[in-house]
Amino acid sequence: MLCQSCGQNQATTHIKTIINGELAEISLCRECAQKLGYNSFFGSFGMDFDKFLGSLMGTGRGQKNRKRCECCGSTFEDIAKSGKVGCASCYDVFYDDLLPSIQRIHGKTIHIGKLAKSAGSEVKVKSTIAKLKEELAHAIKEQEFEKAAKLRDEIKELEAKD
Amino acid sequence: MDKWYDKSGSEGDVIISTRIRFARNLKEYPFPCRLSDEGKCKVAALVKDAVLNGNSVLANRFEYIQMSELTQEEAVSLVERHLVSPEFISDRQGRGLLLFDDESVSIMINEEDHLRIQVMSQGLDLDNAYDIADKIDTLLDEQLNFAFNDKLGYLTQCPTNLGTGMRASLMLHLPALQQSKAMNRIASTLSKLGLVLRGMYGEGSEPKGAIYQLSNQVTLGISEEQAMNNLKDIAMQLVAQEKEARNALVKNIEAIDAISRSYGLSRYARLISNDECMKLLSNIRLGIAMGIIEKMDLDIINRLMIETQPATLMKNVGRKLTPSERDRIRADVVRSTMLKTNIPNSRRLQE
Repeated sequence: MLCQSCGQNQATTHIKTIINGELAEISLCRECAQKLGYNSFFGSFGMDFDKFLGSLMGTGRGQKNRKRCECCGSTFEDIAKSGKVGCASCYDVFYDDLLPSIQRIHGKTIHIGKLAKSAGSEVKVKSTIAKLKEELAHAIKEQEFEKAAKLRDEIKELEAKD
Repeated sequence: MDKWYDKSGSEGDVIISTRIRFARNLKEYPFPCRLSDEGKCKVAALVKDAVLNGNSVLANRFEYIQMSELTQEEAVSLVERHLVSPEFISDRQGRGLLLFDDESVSIMINEEDHLRIQVMSQGLDLDNAYDIADKIDTLLDEQLNFAFNDKLGYLTQCPTNLGTGMRASLMLHLPALQQSKAMNRIASTLSKLGLVLRGMYGEGSEPKGAIYQLSNQVTLGISEEQAMNNLKDIAMQLVAQEKEARNALVKNIEAIDAISRSYGLSRYARLISNDECMKLLSNIRLGIAMGIIEKMDLDIINRLMIETQPATLMKNVGRKLTPSERDRIRADVVRSTMLKTNIPNSRRLQE
């Protein structure tokens, strides 16, 4: 098989990537593999992926966006080009611009799971309620009705506060 | 001290190890891609201080390693032992590593994110590995104040890690499935389920040693527990398929021949290349799991797979080696281990 980049040499490197369910296969000769950053076993295979991610974001909105993050100086263009977000505040500043790509990557846009110390009290309460509800379902299934009643009261109390 | 990989764990005949990795960032500092060298040093100092001077019992079991001070062999050996990512040693300036004494926990500082907390465990051990990672994460969050957004979860440099920031992986030995040429089909099915299956040693259609890594892809909108349950469910299906394929090999004379030959070579060969070594060890591992090679533990093979990697070989010898010197010493390491640990008259091998 000939190299898919130069079309002249015998391909010796075969790269296979699966990104969001899309299988991409490319065969390269040694020289082209080196040029494209696939030269060593320990080379950064991430590079290409970042570019891919960048182009994914670039298809979103905000091409004419001149906003700049005050914390790290990134523009949305910087982020879209590199596939890397500059700092935590970028996620606030460019939230609307980033959201379509986040949706595409994960299929969802709302976090479920462990909360950091700095999480808002509202999400903390919500997460506690969700956890208690799970426990309640389990208690009912196991026919532990006393425990279930207690859990139900706790949930009611928290929901009243919410 | 014994390293974590000196044992084999639950489902050890197929599942070699479990890894949990959290991506975390400090709120007040730009992510590493936008951080100056000075800033990186500050972040490294803060993390180091939080771990080593924290009040937890963990503190005196961690060692801090300044990545720029390591030799190339030492750095590559960290990758071979799965303690750091290949990306982490590509540019070592401003990067630090906190390493637990049995090497089961490593914290990479200033990799793609400020912190990458990683816990390794033998066999299938997701819950236990998660518990350890979770405790360390909670302790460090107290002092370091991790970047978090109520909607997006933990904030990371690459949006692919948003949400839980958790990547859970299982290292699988799938020689029978690899031989049956089913891997491509399986990999594309898995990607539809939000999981990634890739070769551990080298990409391509036939990864060395038939060792694969299965990890969760999606991190936002799915809880840690759900993601791990998903991974475990699918992994157990793969384990069942692998075992079924192995059962089909039990009576296959070519498969038994390959295993027996590998066993013989490992005991008497004087030069073994890295590629050949991975093939031999993979065959022997399969032979042990299928009961063809008796009285030998899987953990010996797990350890040899790491110890025979080029940089780790050089690190253990303590000097640079030419490829042919490496092949000779690799054969010495394998041969002495195999002769020491096994009784030659394995009944199944002689039948």
